[in-house]
Amino acid sequence: MTENPETVSTEDVILDVNRLTIRFGPVIILKDVSFRVCRGESVAVIGPNGSGKTVLFRALIGAIPSEGTLKWAPGIRFGYVPQKIDLARDLPITGFDFLRARAAGQSADAALTHAIAAVGLTEALCRQPVGSLSGGQFQRLLIAFALMGDPDVLLLDEPTAGVDEPGQERLNEIIERLQAERRLTVLLISHDLSVVHQHATHVLCLSGGTAHFGEPRTILTPDLLHEVYGTPVAFHVHEH
Amino acid sequence: MSIEALALSSTMALAAGLIGCFAVMRRMALAGDALSHVALPGIGVALALHIHPLFGAVAMLLFAGLLIWAIEDRSHLALETIIGVVFSGALAIGSLMTTGEDLLEALFGGAGMVSLPEIVFGVLTAAAVTIFVLWQRHALIVTLVSPDIARTIGIDVKRLNLVYLEMFALTVALGLRYLGVLLMGSLIIIPAATAKRVSRNLTQMLAIAAGLAILVTIVGTLAAAHFQRPTGPFIVTIAAVVFFLSALWGES
Repeated sequence: MTENPETVSTEDVILDVNRLTIRFGPVIILKDVSFRVCRGESVAVIGPNGSGKTVLFRALIGAIPSEGTLKWAPGIRFGYVPQKIDLARDLPITGFDFLRARAAGQSADAALTHAIAAVGLTEALCRQPVGSLSGGQFQRLLIAFALMGDPDVLLLDEPTAGVDEPGQERLNEIIERLQAERRLTVLLISHDLSVVHQHATHVLCLSGGTAHFGEPRTILTPDLLHEVYGTPVAFHVHEH
Repeated sequence: MSIEALALSSTMALAAGLIGCFAVMRRMALAGDALSHVALPGIGVALALHIHPLFGAVAMLLFAGLLIWAIEDRSHLALETIIGVVFSGALAIGSLMTTGEDLLEALFGGAGMVSLPEIVFGVLTAAAVTIFVLWQRHALIVTLVSPDIARTIGIDVKRLNLVYLEMFALTVALGLRYLGVLLMGSLIIIPAATAKRVSRNLTQMLAIAAGLAILVTIVGTLAAAHFQRPTGPFIVTIAAVVFFLSALWGES
């Protein structure tokens, strides 16, 4: 039983998951899921609704117990951006009120300014109640919050869900840029197979409690996607 | 009104306004009301055992806070459901155990002299609640937005929820003397609900809720003394009028 993620010392491997099983009461959500993530990689987690993607992330951050092995490299700091949050629109909480929870010490203001600039938010937007932000702006606020902890790994749970097309493109650009600039390792849950094909170095495909893990060209095959989603799945491949 | 009573009721109102902000934002408005009812069986037991009613109320409220927290943790039911179901019953049990004038005073608050133990308890508790809210406000905000994010930055969400509920319970105990079991929940909720409508950030909301709670408490106490009526109904009536005015103002 892994209550809290333990640590491994193998160089470059920052996350080692081996035969991870998660159950809620008698229901098995994930069974014997194994994969490894190395520093700087970009791992996309895909699968139909209800396949356990969010549950996996919650286990990775230590929010729910799991069986099997779940080891983060020592000293790894992660930033977590959860699935779309339904906040009451009339809360008198501004972006700054939220971000200040992460800012402490003398360099707090500098860290805050740096984080909001990195995600393309303005100070004026951060002074508005969070309920008045657009979906994309709110997601960028959550990413700014994650960045304030100076993370090695970003876990993003469908950051573009419910965001309009230009907002989605902007979020994808920001994530890609942050990863390049800060040498971040990214774990991203996504339904957008085109984006996965374009950006991911590895794909973890969850389905019916089990997992397929590998490079995009081995996972994003018509046969495997058909088997997982129960229907033929097509996606646009960007040519470089 | 004596200086002691003024100081005591103001510090009580300060704590109520502050703790209420997070109750309103966490959608615990009804829960606050129901939780205050739980003091009644405690008062009943204390009266039966000839000890100070305040001790009975505090013990029962703290126990209730712990019980709500444990049920929420285990059953994952909505907080409002748990408090609504379990503690409306407390009002019934409490009324069976308390009788006559004692019941009326417990329900609506009473006048009379404030004893030294009450002053000491009141000031210390109000200070503890105030410090807790101001010190933990950012942790409470992050937990409100996402408990999972809170966990990733090292906030012990379970413990924070427990301490919050116990601080809420203690705030209810603070006001029993002035407002009584039925109305104390309202002093916690109404100024905070008013502040929520008119504020644009957390600092504004905390300041307006605290200021408003103190103002309606002092004005209500003076009005009650003038008309020789119980304090609690005056305080809550004034608070409710201010809320309705702010609600109408907001719509225009």
